[in-house]
Amino acid sequence: MSTVSLRKVCKTFGEGELAVHALRDIDMDIGKGDFVCLSGPSGSGKTTLLNMVGGLDRATSGEIIVADQRVDQMDKGQLAEMRLTTIGFIFQAYNLIPVLTARENVEFVMQLQGIPADVRHRKSREILEEVGLSGLDDRKPAELSGGQQQRVAVARALVSEPALILADEPTANLDSVTAENLMDLLRHLNDEHGITFVISTHDKLVMSHARRLLKMHDGKIIDDIQQR
Amino acid sequence: MTGQSLPLLATLGWRNLWRHPRRTLVILFAIVLGVWFMIFSAALMIGIVEQQLQDTIFNLTGHAQIHNPKFRDDPAIEHSMPAPNQALLEVLNSRDVVQWSARVRLPAVAMSVRESRGVMLVGIDPQRERGLSFIGEPVVEGRALESISDNGIIIGRRMAEKLETRIGQRIVIMSQDRDKEVADRGFRIVGLFQAELEATETAYVFAGLATTQKLLGMGSDISEISLVTNSREGLDPLVARLSNAAPELESMSWQELEPLVVTAMEFYEAFMVYWYLIIFAAMGIGLTNTMLMSVFERTREIGLFQALGMRPRFIVGQVLMETLILLVIGITIGNLAGWLTTDVLLASGIDLSAFAQGTEQFNMASTMYLTLRPNDLLQINALVIALGLLASLYPAVKAARYVPVEAITRT
Repeated sequence: MSTVSLRKVCKTFGEGELAVHALRDIDMDIGKGDFVCLSGPSGSGKTTLLNMVGGLDRATSGEIIVADQRVDQMDKGQLAEMRLTTIGFIFQAYNLIPVLTARENVEFVMQLQGIPADVRHRKSREILEEVGLSGLDDRKPAELSGGQQQRVAVARALVSEPALILADEPTANLDSVTAENLMDLLRHLNDEHGITFVISTHDKLVMSHARRLLKMHDGKIIDDIQQR
Repeated sequence: MTGQSLPLLATLGWRNLWRHPRRTLVILFAIVLGVWFMIFSAALMIGIVEQQLQDTIFNLTGHAQIHNPKFRDDPAIEHSMPAPNQALLEVLNSRDVVQWSARVRLPAVAMSVRESRGVMLVGIDPQRERGLSFIGEPVVEGRALESISDNGIIIGRRMAEKLETRIGQRIVIMSQDRDKEVADRGFRIVGLFQAELEATETAYVFAGLATTQKLLGMGSDISEISLVTNSREGLDPLVARLSNAAPELESMSWQELEPLVVTAMEFYEAFMVYWYLIIFAAMGIGLTNTMLMSVFERTREIGLFQALGMRPRFIVGQVLMETLILLVIGITIGNLAGWLTTDVLLASGIDLSAFAQGTEQFNMASTMYLTLRPNDLLQINALVIALGLLASLYPAVKAARYVPVEAITRT
């Protein structure tokens, strides 16, 4: 059974002669608990594809199903609800909320979901410990290193146990050692929690951790490789 | 938005405000200043109106009067009324009436050896005027009238100057008696009164009620009954009771007796709303601008909120919560400053005696007292919060309309 299913998805920016076809007739299925990397050069459509799946942007045409929900037919409020309950995001630039502490950042999504405070506190404490940040709960993002910030972002994406985690170039701003540690962590979490990961990258290190590698070029998936 | 989310909104709102402390303090200062100025100007305006009203009531009007129906149009002796009957006395002596007094009030001429002036001769019961009108207050020179049969007369200090006379000297009062004959008699000036307005000091002379009735051959007839009540709100039912007790007479409240004062009060009330709006306009522009800047600066963060599943109405709520926190702090300090100014620093009033002639032109006393009414405070605070939230609605809606993918990649 697929967590993500795309049928003939196209995305075109601009019109007429200035039109840029970012995605061209993408067909793709990603199974539950998979750990998929989208790779390809800049401009190949990796991030655009992630944005379509995550409901951050709308496809020009085609059908997108995430966790049995037709994303392409949702309105703005439904998309927000879907992102809140179904998807966790990890971005390239950490994207933590600067005025909140590490623990508060992790609890943010749960708070939006209306989860009671005691449950939030317990879960955030456990997940921060799992990503190796226990003792740093009360630090603001500016007081954490890049690697630590990205771990907080991972904890935030993971804590509400979404069906799918989308990560856009998660190691782009990290040194190789920190990047290696982060990818080990993501694989570990994938193994432990069975959450589906889709990661866009052009980092070979990240690709080496993927079970499945989808190569993109000019808005098309040109190769689909099962690794391990 | 769930109840669980409110603490999150409040936390985000509070901390976001202090990301730029200087900007927050500047807009906070503007709100405090605006609220303070609204409160101060309201207290000043209401103080002026209230004082004019008090002066009017204390200037022989009272809260209500009873007359012969023709007396107000033509205050002549033939339009007098009989002394109150038993039914009327029952209402006048009821718990609702603090003080009442019967008077004779008729036009007359006052003549000294040098000058003569047209005046209003008022025959009073000096004991009953206490707490009812200014003539119940101690005189500034000489003595007050002692009884309704007192043979002396009290005139205004300014009148004494105009008549070129003084205490101890005699003046002649001439008027028309019941038989339409000239009635006159000499009175010794026993006291000089002082009033807030010079016009009052030259308008009235006061003699004992019985002495005046005797001079004019009125028997026990009077011109009017004036009264003060313990509650202005309960005045209308009281006037209705007076009318029932004496249907042949005209019982009127101060609102009917002094329509100009009522119009002035209504004008001030309406003016204050426009005045608040003008003050708020300046404050609101600053507020909108601040919140717009705040939203623009945080475009990427708002994009992140959206990506994480924050619903559009929650984003609107987040911006509004920031504004609400600002407004509540500003209003609290503004109210405190307003209270300090009106009830502590200027509790003894603003002394305008240096401009006495100018204030007299506007029928104002030489000391202005500030009056802070709870209703005005509520009105100001509610207006500032409602309009403040309205002013930040545009930035809030703008934030909620960001396209997530564009917002999150904005640098």
